[in-house]
Amino acid sequence: MIKYLTRRLLFMILSLLLIITATFFFMRLAPGNPFTSEKQLPPEIEANLNEHYGLNDPWYVQYGDYLLRIVQWDFGPSFKYKSQTVNDLINEGFPVSLVLGLEAIFIALAVGVTLGIIAALKHNKWQDYLAMIIAVFGISVPSFIMAAFLQYIFAIKLGWFPVARWGTFSQSVLPAIALAAGPTAFIARLTRSSMLEVLSNDYIKTARAKGLGELVITVKHTIRNAILPVVSYMGPLSAGVVTGSFVIEKIFGIPGLGAHFVKSIGNRDYTVIMGVTVFYSIILLVSVLLVDILYGLIDPRIKLAGGKKGE
Amino acid sequence: MKKKMLVLLSLVLALSAFLAACGGKSGDDKEKVSQNLRLNLSTEPFSLNPGLANDSASGNVLRQTFDGLTRIGKDGEPENAIAEKIEVSDDQKTYTFKLRDAKWTNGDAVTAEDFVYAWKWALDPKNESQYAYQLYYIKGAEAANTGKGKLDDVGVKAVDDKTLEVTLANPTPYFTQLTAFYTYLPVNHKIAEANPNWYKDAGDDYVSNGPFKMTEWKHSEKIVLEKNDTYWDKDTVKLESVEFSMINDPNTTLSMFDNDELDRAGAPFDTVPTDSMKALKDKGTLQTQAIAGTYWYKFNTEVEPLNNVNIRKALTYAIDRQSIVDQITQGGQIPAMAAVPPSMFSENEKGYFKDNDVAAAKEALAKGLKELGLKDASELPTITLSYNTDEAHAKIAQAVQDMWKKNLGINVKLGNEEWAVYIDKLHSGDYQVGRMGWLGDFNDAINFLELYRDKKGGNNDTNWENAEFKKLLVDSQTETDATKRQQMLKDAEAILMDELPIAPIYFYTDSWVQKDNLKGIVISGLGDAQLKWAYFE
Repeated sequence: MIKYLTRRLLFMILSLLLIITATFFFMRLAPGNPFTSEKQLPPEIEANLNEHYGLNDPWYVQYGDYLLRIVQWDFGPSFKYKSQTVNDLINEGFPVSLVLGLEAIFIALAVGVTLGIIAALKHNKWQDYLAMIIAVFGISVPSFIMAAFLQYIFAIKLGWFPVARWGTFSQSVLPAIALAAGPTAFIARLTRSSMLEVLSNDYIKTARAKGLGELVITVKHTIRNAILPVVSYMGPLSAGVVTGSFVIEKIFGIPGLGAHFVKSIGNRDYTVIMGVTVFYSIILLVSVLLVDILYGLIDPRIKLAGGKKGE
Repeated sequence: MKKKMLVLLSLVLALSAFLAACGGKSGDDKEKVSQNLRLNLSTEPFSLNPGLANDSASGNVLRQTFDGLTRIGKDGEPENAIAEKIEVSDDQKTYTFKLRDAKWTNGDAVTAEDFVYAWKWALDPKNESQYAYQLYYIKGAEAANTGKGKLDDVGVKAVDDKTLEVTLANPTPYFTQLTAFYTYLPVNHKIAEANPNWYKDAGDDYVSNGPFKMTEWKHSEKIVLEKNDTYWDKDTVKLESVEFSMINDPNTTLSMFDNDELDRAGAPFDTVPTDSMKALKDKGTLQTQAIAGTYWYKFNTEVEPLNNVNIRKALTYAIDRQSIVDQITQGGQIPAMAAVPPSMFSENEKGYFKDNDVAAAKEALAKGLKELGLKDASELPTITLSYNTDEAHAKIAQAVQDMWKKNLGINVKLGNEEWAVYIDKLHSGDYQVGRMGWLGDFNDAINFLELYRDKKGGNNDTNWENAEFKKLLVDSQTETDATKRQQMLKDAEAILMDELPIAPIYFYTDSWVQKDNLKGIVISGLGDAQLKWAYFE
């Protein structure tokens, strides 16, 4: 197990280095710079700024400096927000995105798995069709439409929740639902199909033949096996949802990390682009690792140390 | 089974922790009659240090929290603020400001030294102020900022605590407008010297001297201002507090306005969605005001066939501006047949030529083709019309493409790029026709005309230069007679509108919706809003 973990960690560091390198150089290839603006700066001022931020140094010096700073977890100052460093942006934005993300994952799992199980157990009955219709809607309606729809119905027409902003529980309900809609539908379909597959297995028939109750069969034998695809989907899902969905955060005016992903690129805010990318990559890599470990716990047939996953 | 329970349990825990963190504060926004204003700022300000600010979001806050030597009054003209009396020397190069008894929010007196400190701080190259060039009107400022001179030689001096003497490089008739601009605001030098990071957060060290003081700043989330009881003119201020949320989605903020979560939506703090303009106008709630800004197409005057002035004339005359502002922008914009906005030259509402003058366009085209040795417009190379990616710009470009094709038979290709890429292309001259806009920094025509003074001037982009035009602008700098100076600038504009390195399209407007009982928000000719006089009825 320890050997496996060390190896995985090494690979993670390697992937991270690749991501940093690629982002660093692609970012610089894009025309424009952080000081590009409609009202062009006098050349002397721009030169002075470039000098201050080290943008005049040769690329290998800038790259080396950057790697050194990352190791010390220092992402540098933001070009666009004078009052905050990139570390500040992440420290303030991430907890917000995390809370919103966890709430969305909770909804997605609770509703998605329930719908999936009902659909599978009532295969080809009206419950199944209803659940799948809901799922198709969830997948095919883009999140920004869903968000506007929720705002219109529940905030403007019914007045149950505020339209936007962040800070109270009621303000978090609509964005969490909007963010959860897609994943919920996906999880429902995933659960349904793997449940159906598991239900047709011999050991389920054996269990039935033994005279076990339907509830015991479902909970103890079926779900445990059927949940595996959902677990593997959880890795990328939680990374994506937890670091924030740009669209949802923008529409609901939530000061999370998601907005910085997109805005920093338009602003050519080099340090924010790098910082957020590195941070996101770390979350993604770690959550994928956690999912792999979780596999072993749920399904003892998968042996991590064996080197190959038993999928 | 146990492990799964564990997973579930931890999820429940996470949610309940969140619930606990969020509880307690709900059910606000209920007091309606009170003087608490809720606005939205579309983005986190770049910096709330007057010396560093260079964007509209920062300006929108600083204008409420600071008071300069002057302030743009309700009538759009600069009026004395911290300055009690202003004396101008005969050569119009020395300004002596007598300061009134005013206080910072921490009780310190506002002194002449606070202005000297703030201006020199912004000019000091090591402080990287991107707007330091706004101070270049002061003698020695440009040299100090570009490292060619010393800060000590900058023409600003505190004669005593209450007297500030400013020496200018040239007579600048609009200097009292400039002193209302945020780069010219004072900074409490005692605080700033003791704590170089004073401006990064709200708190004891964030001191200001204006109608409001900042009491809370949650970055990217909200800014809260409260009435400043140490303000010298505090009896004028009626609002108790102003809360700026920071939401960068115009549709959301309009919904919030409809749902009574905001008291106002729209320019200059944020924007009204273009799609909703018509509906709001039909409902009669949309308010608009012309501001000092021009939306124009720039011609790269060094590429064929745009190096020919008659071709440029043909293209400029053949645009139907009225239908663009009526059908596309819909915010009450004024068709522009001149470069300088009407707030500076009032006769420019009519302009130098007729809108949508197809006959004159055809005539100019025929002349241009002859000069180029071509028989027909179809022999002209296809012209690329560029714009930065945006729905409104795209619609305007499509309309113009159609007008040029229909009226002149010229083939036009559209090209669009993301903002930073686009700006870079334009500034480096890698384009044929490109859209751009200019919003005035101060209410004087020079602000618009000097863009085209030098071929290599940072914001010219057209590669156009004209000796006579340049001479008029240079001479106007030393002209002390206001009427003569105004005439020189008008003559210069006439040259610009004859040579047409740019095709003006429309003059910008601010449009917004606000609560019926919200009064007194003053929008200046430049489109800046001030809350000093605002109140709820």
